[in-house]
Order: sequence, then structure tokens, then C-alpha cells
Amino acid sequence: MKHAAGLELQDFKVSFGHTTLVHISCVVQPGEIVTVMGKSGAGKSSLLAAILGALPPGLTASGKLTLNGRDITGLPPEKRNIGLLFQDDLLFPHLSVAGNLAFGLKQSVRGARLRNETVEKALCDVGLDGLGNRDPASLSGGQRARVALMRTLLADPQALLLDEPFSRLDSETRAHVRRLVFDRSRARGLPVLMVTHDQEDAAAAGGNVIRL
Amino acid sequence: MPFAPTLTILLLAGPVIAGLAGTLLPALSVWPGLLGAAPSTPPFQSLISWPGLARATWLSFSTGFAATVISLIITALVLAGWSGTRSFIWLHRALSPLLAVPHAAAAFGIAFLIAPSGVLLRFLSPWLTGFDTPPDWLVLNDPNGLALILGLVAKEVPFLLLMSLAALPQTAPRRSLLAARALGYGRVSGWMLAIFPRLYRQIRLPLLAVLAYSASVVDMAIILGPSTPPTLAVKITTWISDPALSGRFIGAAAAVLQLGLVLASILLWWLGERFYAIVFHWKTSQGARQHYEVMWRALGYAAGLAVAGVALAGLAANALWSVAGPWAFPAALPQTLTTRTWQRTAPQLPDPLIETILVAAFAAFLSLAIVIACLNTETRRGKRPGGFGMLVLYLPLLVPQVSFLPGLQALALWGGMDGGRMAVVAAHMVFVLPYIYLSLSGPFSAWDTRYGTVAAALGARPWRVLLHVQLPMLLAPILTALAVGLAVSVAQYLPTLIIGGGRVQTITTEAVALAAGGDRRVIGLYTVVQTSLAALAFLAAVLVPRFVWANRMDMRAA
Repeated sequence: MKHAAGLELQDFKVSFGHTTLVHISCVVQPGEIVTVMGKSGAGKSSLLAAILGALPPGLTASGKLTLNGRDITGLPPEKRNIGLLFQDDLLFPHLSVAGNLAFGLKQSVRGARLRNETVEKALCDVGLDGLGNRDPASLSGGQRARVALMRTLLADPQALLLDEPFSRLDSETRAHVRRLVFDRSRARGLPVLMVTHDQEDAAAAGGNVIRL
Repeated sequence: MPFAPTLTILLLAGPVIAGLAGTLLPALSVWPGLLGAAPSTPPFQSLISWPGLARATWLSFSTGFAATVISLIITALVLAGWSGTRSFIWLHRALSPLLAVPHAAAAFGIAFLIAPSGVLLRFLSPWLTGFDTPPDWLVLNDPNGLALILGLVAKEVPFLLLMSLAALPQTAPRRSLLAARALGYGRVSGWMLAIFPRLYRQIRLPLLAVLAYSASVVDMAIILGPSTPPTLAVKITTWISDPALSGRFIGAAAAVLQLGLVLASILLWWLGERFYAIVFHWKTSQGARQHYEVMWRALGYAAGLAVAGVALAGLAANALWSVAGPWAFPAALPQTLTTRTWQRTAPQLPDPLIETILVAAFAAFLSLAIVIACLNTETRRGKRPGGFGMLVLYLPLLVPQVSFLPGLQALALWGGMDGGRMAVVAAHMVFVLPYIYLSLSGPFSAWDTRYGTVAAALGARPWRVLLHVQLPMLLAPILTALAVGLAVSVAQYLPTLIIGGGRVQTITTEAVALAAGGDRRVIGLYTVVQTSLAALAFLAAVLVPRFVWANRMDMRAA
């Protein structure tokens, strides 16, 4: 069977023991943002963790996952090429801003100089030039969100998962960061799966909405 | 590292069980490899005919039980009367450094303080007491072991307080106490009725470890305890150190008795728990709300302060003796201060010092690596150790050292292994590993695993996540655990003595060996060195993260 480009979930199920939490089949096209909505406890976050291959012990996933035609079912998270943004930016508190970005930057970019330049360029790209040596804790919420986005993109993912990514930001920053994340992922042609509570997020995404 | 938990179980339970077997065989007159060397009288019969047996057994039991009860009462009263207040923070600051003080150093300090020619009486003489010469009092090595109980309490209260503070948040103490006080209960009564029972469940294993330790301690009992007869554990050490084989047999029989004694103490403690539960249920049903609240609060704080004061003053006495010139009774302070003792002793220090540091470093770092591997596996499997796991962890702390270490050494001899430095390291690990585990498991399970998920999503393999994300983020608790491990190893007396076969000499074994000689200046010096080793480790654990994370706000807050 030939698989389409994008992220495809076939008969994908997340279970806790014999209880099925989520059962879903869908295709997220490149550049499309599919929104998953549902009450808390409906298994939205577990769905993302399962797609990423990082389910907490006790939960199991079944079904098939393909990413741009590649079967990624059963691969460990670091081999799936799927980026992830949480509601908390989760910047590593022990690394500098540039250190966080360098952690994300894919290994195929070789040589200290080239790596530094790439990181610096990524910072410029989102208006954070010169902040590389700063402590992440000294940045504003909006700045941190931008660093988290660039860290994810530098790893060159082939798909992006968003777990209520804007819910911790204040309303002004929120619209701005949301536009940035959506624009960047569309520009790269990434299939994006977003979990959210927020109707506005879904409207801004403009793609299919799946209700759990 | 999926084998780490199994390795840990083998590493902890293995030596204990093998050691007990190695103790039981000679106690039954069996000494493999020495056919026909069986003693003419069965070891247990020789043991029973030792005239000091009943007294020695009673002393081990009574001092251990009393020290544990008193330590628990002081800990509970301090928490009941003061937890959550500013005064509590001050008292806690005074008590927590005592955790790092090796048992032997604390014991010597207390000895220097309360002896008839000790610092305490010097301060009161002759103006108050009229003494020009030390009185002929038996306050040190007193026949009832009161000095030993004091020493044990000084070491155990800080430990119980630490374990309690770690467990307390799970009992939601603020809300519970508020609820009780809103119903008209006094602070102490409300705390004892609403919080203590839940806290007790959490600290039960550490408490039983305290009980087992106190009823079988050797180094503190040599320094502070009675001598004719000494406690059973001390007598066992004398017997098994006897070059004659007969000592081995009777020592093994006594070691079996020591195990029975500790088991009986635990059984009695269990009965005490039942009794307390009955009284407690009756008490709660009565609804009495006030019980001399002010008096209990004052008593608790005074006892806590006294414990801290005695131990810290004792350490000061150690340090003072190490630099004392002539210091005749009843002068409160030495006539002159001199570095002569240090100069005189300096040439003997490097060897035991290097040995101590090597053994401690090996034991602590190896244990740390195993513990991290264990915790890592547990996180991945989403499993925390259950009742069995915790019991294994506490096993080396519950079974008296003096009951299984001689057997372990005997087994090693039969197996043709000779106690060298690495054997001592392995023996230390049996005691170091549980403490490192206990100190690190909380911070590991509190770590936000989403950082690991994010790192993996960025393409980092598990090893990279561990080395570059999780371990750096947990640097402070890891260094603290390491300091705990180093301090535990530095303080070990019996494992070094027995497994090292007397040939591995550390600062601690040297210091305890000096006890008999009674040269206070040299003893003071050794205890200062011993305490400094542990203190430096803790100091580094506090300072290093501050320097490393000077520029990382969120790392300092955590």
C-alpha cells in the first residue's frame, strides 16, 4: 500500500489496560494544522505522547503510524523526527539560550563555527539577536516561547505536535506567538497536530477539527 | 541498565545473608577447612558460662531502646510544637550539621564534655563546685550506659528530624493542623493527634534502623559505654578480634544472640506501637483538646537545643584539645594554645587520611552510579520500589553489623580472599548505597519527565538525555547524596576493622583505637580531621552548584 505524504494515523489506539482512551484514523497533510479538541482527561496528551513514542508506563499504543511514507511505528522517540511544543516552554534551565538551541540543532550541521552561526541566525530570525548568552530564566514569556519554537525547528522535524502550546501566554503575546508558529510550520510544509482547549486556536489553525 | 535493581538487591542482601550464614556456622562449631578444630565445648555453652552475659545483653537492649524512645519523643515534640515557625528553622539549622559528624567524633566530643575532668565541670569549678581536682564520679562509661544513651540521642535526633521533614509534606501538615486548631485543639495536641500517626507510618523503617543500630553500636559504646562488662556488641568485637580461634567461636555465638536481641527489640517496639495505638484511639475519642501545651512546647525546644548544644560544644572541645598547651584542672581554658600536637602527629596522618578518602570516594561514587542506574530504570518502568524493595534497602541497616560482618569476613577467608582496600570498599557500599538511594529518590521522582520527552523529540538518545539534561539539572541533589555517601563511609568503624582485617587503617579506626590511650590532644586532632572530611563534602555540595549555576536563576531556585 502506498502512503501519502504527511502524518498518517491508521486505526491508532491508545489504551490503559483494556480501556481504550483514544481511537483515531486520520491524515495530516504537509502544511496542514489539524486540531484535536476534547475535555480534560479525554486522552489528548496521551495521544500526542503515543505519536511521539513517549507514552508513560502503563499506557499502550496500537495501530500504524507513517510519516511521509516512512513507517515510524515502534521507533524510539529520538528516531521519529517529530517535534513537540508543550504549554510550558521547557527550556533547559541549566543551559544558556544558545545552549538550548544548540541542543536542538541537528547533528548533521558540523563544525563549531557553522553550528554557532546557525544558532545565531535562528535567534536573529525571531528577533532575539544577541540574547544567546542569556539565562533562559531572564527572558519574557513571549521570548521563551520563540526560543522553544526555534529549538524544535533546528532539529529539522518532519512533523510537529503542539500540546496546548499557547495557553500559558498572555493574550497579546499569544496571538503573536501563534501566528509565528503556524507561519513557520506552514512555510516548511510540516504536518501539524495540535491539542487545545481554545476555540480561537482552532479557528486560527484553519484545518480539520477532531473532537474526542 | 535494566539489571541495576537486581544488582542492588544482590549487593545489599547478598553480604547480609551470606554474612549471617558465615556467623551461624562457627556458632554451631562448624569451621570449614579446619576439620577437627571444633571447640571442645559448644560455642553457645561457652557463651552462657561467661559471667557478664546477662548484664551485657541487658545493656545493649536498654541503651538501644531508651535512646530510640528518647530520640523519637524529642523529634515529635520539636515538630509538634514548632514545625513551620521561625524558631524551628533556627533549631533545624543548629541540628542538621550534626548529621555530618561521624559517630566516633560526636562520642569523643561528648566524652570530653561530661567527663569528671571534662570541659563542663572545668567551667563550673572551682567557683561553684569547689573542686580543685576532678571528682571521682563515674559519669563517663557509667555502668548503666547513660552517657552512651546521650551520645546516641545526639546523633539520632538530627537523623529522625531529617527523615520526618522529608516525609512531612505528604501529610499536608498545615491544613491538618489548622483543621485541628479550628476545632479547639492545642498546637501540640492537635499535631500529635492529627499529623503524627500519618508521619509515623512514613518514618517507621528509619526508626527501626535507629533501634537496631542503637542496640548494636560498637564505636560509640567503646568510647562512652560501660566497660565491665561492656555492651554485648563491644564484647563481640573483642572476641572476634582475638587471634585465638576460640574467640571466633564464642564471638559467633554471641553475634547470633545479638541478632536475636535486635529482633526481640523490634518485636517489643511493635508491641509498643499496638499499645500506643490503643491509647491513641481512646485519647482521640475523649476529645480533650489541651494538654499543658506551653510546657510541652518549651520542653521540646529545650531538649532539641540541648541535643544540638551538647554535640556542638563537644566538637568545640575536640578542636580545643587538639591545640591545647598545658591545661590543668580546673582551668576553663588551656593556658596556652599550641600547634605542637598537630606538628607531632602530622607525619602519621597522610596514610590513614589517603586510605579514608580513597575508600570513601570509591564507595560513594560506585554507589551513586548504581543508584542512578536504578532510579533511571524505575522511572522508565514507572515503578517505585514496593515493600520488598524498601525492606532490602533497609536490610543492612536493620541487621546488626556485628552479626553479619564477622561471618562475611570468615566466608572471605574460607574462600581464600584477603580483606584489602577493595573488600572494605564493597563492605562500605552495603551501608553507603541505601543512604544515597534514600537521599536521591525524592529529587529523581520530582524531576519533570517532560524535559526528557522534549530532549528525545529533539533527537537525543537516552544516554544523552541522562548525561546532558537530567543529571545536570539534578546536580545539587546528586552532590548532596554524594556528600551523604562520603560522610557515611568516613564514619564506618566496624566494616573497616573487620573486613579490612585490621590492615586497612582509616582516620576512624585510628581514632577509636586511640580511645584506650586517652591522649585527649591526639584524639581531639583525629576527630577534627574526621569531622572536617565529612563537613568539606557537605560544604562542596552546597557551594559547587552555586558557582556552576551562578548565571542560571531557575537552577538556584530549585
